[in-house]
Amino acid sequence: MTTLEDRSAATEGPGPVAEPAATPEVSFDTSPEAYRHWTLSVDGEVATLTLDVAEDGGIVPGYELKMNSYDLGVDIELHDAVQRIRFEHPEVKAVVVTSAKERMFCAGANIKMLAASPHSWKVNFCKFTNETRNGFEDASAHSGLPFLAAVNGTAAGGGYELALACDQIVLVDDNSSAVSLPEVPLLGVLPGTGGLTRVVDKRGVRRDLADVFSTTAEGIRGERAVQWRLVDASVKARDFPQEVARRAAELAARSTRPGAGAGGVALTPLRRETDGDTTRYEHVRVVLDRNSGTATITVLGPAAVPGTVEELQEQGDAAWLLAATRELDDAVLRLRTNELAIGTWLLRTEGDVATTAAYDEFLLANRGHWLVNETIGFYRRTVKRLDTTSRSLFALIEPGSCFVGALAEIAFAADRQFMLEGIWEDAAEEGREALPPAVIRLDEFNTGLLPMSNDLTRLQVRFLGSAAELAAAEAAVGRDLLAADAAELGLVTSTPDDIDWEDEIRLVVEERASFSPDALTGMEANLRFAGRETPETKVFGRLTAWQNWIFQRPNAAGPEGALRRYGTGKRADYDRKRV
Amino acid sequence: MTTTESTPQSGTVTGDAPRPTGPLSKIDYSERIPNNVNLAGDRKLQRALESWQPKFLDWWKNLGPSIPTHDVYLRTAIAVGRDGWAHFDRVPMEEYRWGIFLAERDPDRTVAFGHHKGEPAWQEVPGEYRSDLRRLIVIQGDTEPASVEQQRHLGMTAPSLYDMRNLFQVNVEEGRHLWAMVYLLQAYFGKDGREEAEELLKRNSGDYDSPRILGAFNEETTDWLSFFMFTYFTDRDGKYQLGTLKESGFDPLARTCEFMLKEEAHHMFVGTTGVQRTVQRTAQLMKEHGTDDIWEYGGIPLSVIQKYLNFQYSVSMDLFGSEVSSNAASYYTAGLKGRWMETRRKDDHLLTDYTMEVPGIESGRMTTRTVPMLNALNLDLRNEYSADCENGVKRWNQELEEAGLEQRLFLPHQGFNRKVGAFAGHHVTPTGEIVDEATWERSVGEYLPTAEDRARVAELMVPHHEPGEFAGWISPPSVGINSLPVEYDYVRF
Repeated sequence: MTTLEDRSAATEGPGPVAEPAATPEVSFDTSPEAYRHWTLSVDGEVATLTLDVAEDGGIVPGYELKMNSYDLGVDIELHDAVQRIRFEHPEVKAVVVTSAKERMFCAGANIKMLAASPHSWKVNFCKFTNETRNGFEDASAHSGLPFLAAVNGTAAGGGYELALACDQIVLVDDNSSAVSLPEVPLLGVLPGTGGLTRVVDKRGVRRDLADVFSTTAEGIRGERAVQWRLVDASVKARDFPQEVARRAAELAARSTRPGAGAGGVALTPLRRETDGDTTRYEHVRVVLDRNSGTATITVLGPAAVPGTVEELQEQGDAAWLLAATRELDDAVLRLRTNELAIGTWLLRTEGDVATTAAYDEFLLANRGHWLVNETIGFYRRTVKRLDTTSRSLFALIEPGSCFVGALAEIAFAADRQFMLEGIWEDAAEEGREALPPAVIRLDEFNTGLLPMSNDLTRLQVRFLGSAAELAAAEAAVGRDLLAADAAELGLVTSTPDDIDWEDEIRLVVEERASFSPDALTGMEANLRFAGRETPETKVFGRLTAWQNWIFQRPNAAGPEGALRRYGTGKRADYDRKRV
Repeated sequence: MTTTESTPQSGTVTGDAPRPTGPLSKIDYSERIPNNVNLAGDRKLQRALESWQPKFLDWWKNLGPSIPTHDVYLRTAIAVGRDGWAHFDRVPMEEYRWGIFLAERDPDRTVAFGHHKGEPAWQEVPGEYRSDLRRLIVIQGDTEPASVEQQRHLGMTAPSLYDMRNLFQVNVEEGRHLWAMVYLLQAYFGKDGREEAEELLKRNSGDYDSPRILGAFNEETTDWLSFFMFTYFTDRDGKYQLGTLKESGFDPLARTCEFMLKEEAHHMFVGTTGVQRTVQRTAQLMKEHGTDDIWEYGGIPLSVIQKYLNFQYSVSMDLFGSEVSSNAASYYTAGLKGRWMETRRKDDHLLTDYTMEVPGIESGRMTTRTVPMLNALNLDLRNEYSADCENGVKRWNQELEEAGLEQRLFLPHQGFNRKVGAFAGHHVTPTGEIVDEATWERSVGEYLPTAEDRARVAELMVPHHEPGEFAGWISPPSVGINSLPVEYDYVRF
């Protein structure tokens, strides 16, 4: 995810770039009318996403987005566009990703931006871009929506990684356009959005050739790129549009999307009210406590269940799970990006258990419908965001909660689960509603519909060490599990009663806050993903982890490091010791 | 060591238990468990104690004093005021009211040392220090019932009713100190705390499978001389540990320990006067018969008393831990455990720029090395302790001097018989000479009680259970308990 952007600028730039004075609050709100860098056009069954980055459109001041290089702002638009294709354009059966610039498909992440960014910004940026690219593959696998990269110019670094996330890559054969991963030879870092993983794991490039490719700054073009399996086809410029159109039509023909007449659901702007440290959406509430460094995220369950999918479709983006997921996704992204010092998230739900269970049943009964399928997929990706969030996650399961099926996955995504045993004894005296004891209820969402990035369910990961325990938990599907049952089944960590509750939570939060945030991030990431590897887990667990280390090393980020010296004309001065 | 008992107050009953506040539960807690922590109004604590108290009583029945008695003249703390904490009455031991008392709260108290110096003292456990504080409290709590277990059969061989009563007083107060630590665990540490509180009753002194945490508390107290030595030297370690916890930034712990220190003073009194009365009798017999070997006259030879002293002092020194300790440093910096008399010390109470000389042995010679003060806090406390121990030895030597004898008792060298810290693994004589293994093996019988010494002392341990009667190896005290005559029937059967 890097760029060959403007090597002629080498003379103007001083080495180390000053960090931006203050990182502005990042918003993920956008819509096609507001895009500055992408164009989304739909022609029958094929949508085309065209990248034409506005040089002066950086999300943070201090750099120019030359040569179709991107930053977080560019990627927020891409993420939004893919979401809209999923929900607003069910008629679309294939997506073409291409560039509007001459001879430049995409130069990857902007180097000036990377060199100037604090470490946390780089990490968050990479995580989001990775999730967006994983989203392409998720759409192909689960929504029948394949992607085609029409690489009509050079695709370098993150530009080639964008193409790698697509099902097919067609490279223009103009004797100059190449695909490349120049990070190692030019910048002293890794291609950090899955490039190395996908080259060998997804495309099956032979490892020695991949080694040559990843150390050749100018990249590979033409027939050789095809032979090495770096691209699927190399096509003369004059044949390029036809070949892209042909392949797109072929992909569309195999799609399982509903096609014309399905009627999309418009994603209207999110309603978000912020009052100090409290943010309210319709179905999600986020309350920050800066003293204790916590965010309490409460997801509200459904108030009613649609009778038919037609009714669901009429509700549009106001339908409960779609709306709640959009809000939760937005809350997660904003907290991740804007609230770095809020290190512990307390995850809650509020709502009626029976209604939530009925909503799950409704979704399960209609899962063949494209809108239900898209909604479940969106929710699945959002819970996956929790898995890869570098915050301590504690689920608080209290009377009045509705950790049922899909919503229960929020609890299982957490690092620990606290479930109140019994009831709030003093509720009546204190004038609060006397609520029955909290329950957890499992359904099919917990046993297969919402896998993690390793393709295992959270229950499978949780009970990796015991098939019997997994079987016992899965056999509890449909039962209302009280705290004692949940504890016996190993679904919760601890079950304090109302006398101990407040103190237990306070102590565990304070204790968490006293540990090294870095060590916690590493520890949690290691404990969350037990079990087998997939390319996706490798992207987050191996590529990203190494990249984050390299980003901290003087060889990349030091004043004489490659990332800081890139474009200055000065050569990086490496510490030659292998670590 | 002065105590309320050595300077008795008038009257037998002083001070009232505080009136219960808050909604009354089925059990009248303020009656059964005297307290100043609003137990009657604290649902959480009540429930915790409801389950714990019967287990405590079972423990007391099974592992408390083994000799059956009708009642004992005991002091019970029923309030924290000047009057309330020394309430005397005849009590059947199983009906003793173990209470929960904290010294009065100073609303302006701040953390006096370490990283949090100057911040308001913590009224709740900071999550960051939860496990460290729990560990400190559990270790302290573990020692309290241990000594009761170690001393359970001593009542059988008491040299007098007066001494038997003192033993029981020490026992019930150790029981109350256990209560105090259990209170903290249950009131401030949630479920983990309750579990630790139960564990305190499950571990037993000397139990092979589930021993007490610290070594010195797994040694059986075989006879009354070792009991007196134990209360003088080992309980004094407890006093110094309490003194450091009294400085803690965690206010409830500080206040609990402050109150416990008052009771600990009585244990010191039992030890000081017990050894003193033994030495007094020994000196009397030595003078009378013109010999050191007074076994045949029913006394304990001074050399044997010295050996008992050597043993108890050295194992108690081990309780302070290693001279150089990173735990001690982090407890201090965290504000969990201060120094003895922390607030009276004239330094910055941060100690990051100070150093201290720490003794040790290198190449067969006594040396010292300079270490950061923060790491030497165990030694700092141990030095305070040693200086305090000297006072008792002076008092005992006064008996010898008054009898016109030349011999004197002395504290052995800090390196003598050590199993923990810089001197562990070396052989150092009581006078501070470093000797080799063979020499040590040859002479250890002169330094530490031999099996024969212990057997002969045990032979002297003949019970005297009639009011006013005293065994021949010990002198009677000059005054009784709480202004009562020495001949009072302090224990009734």
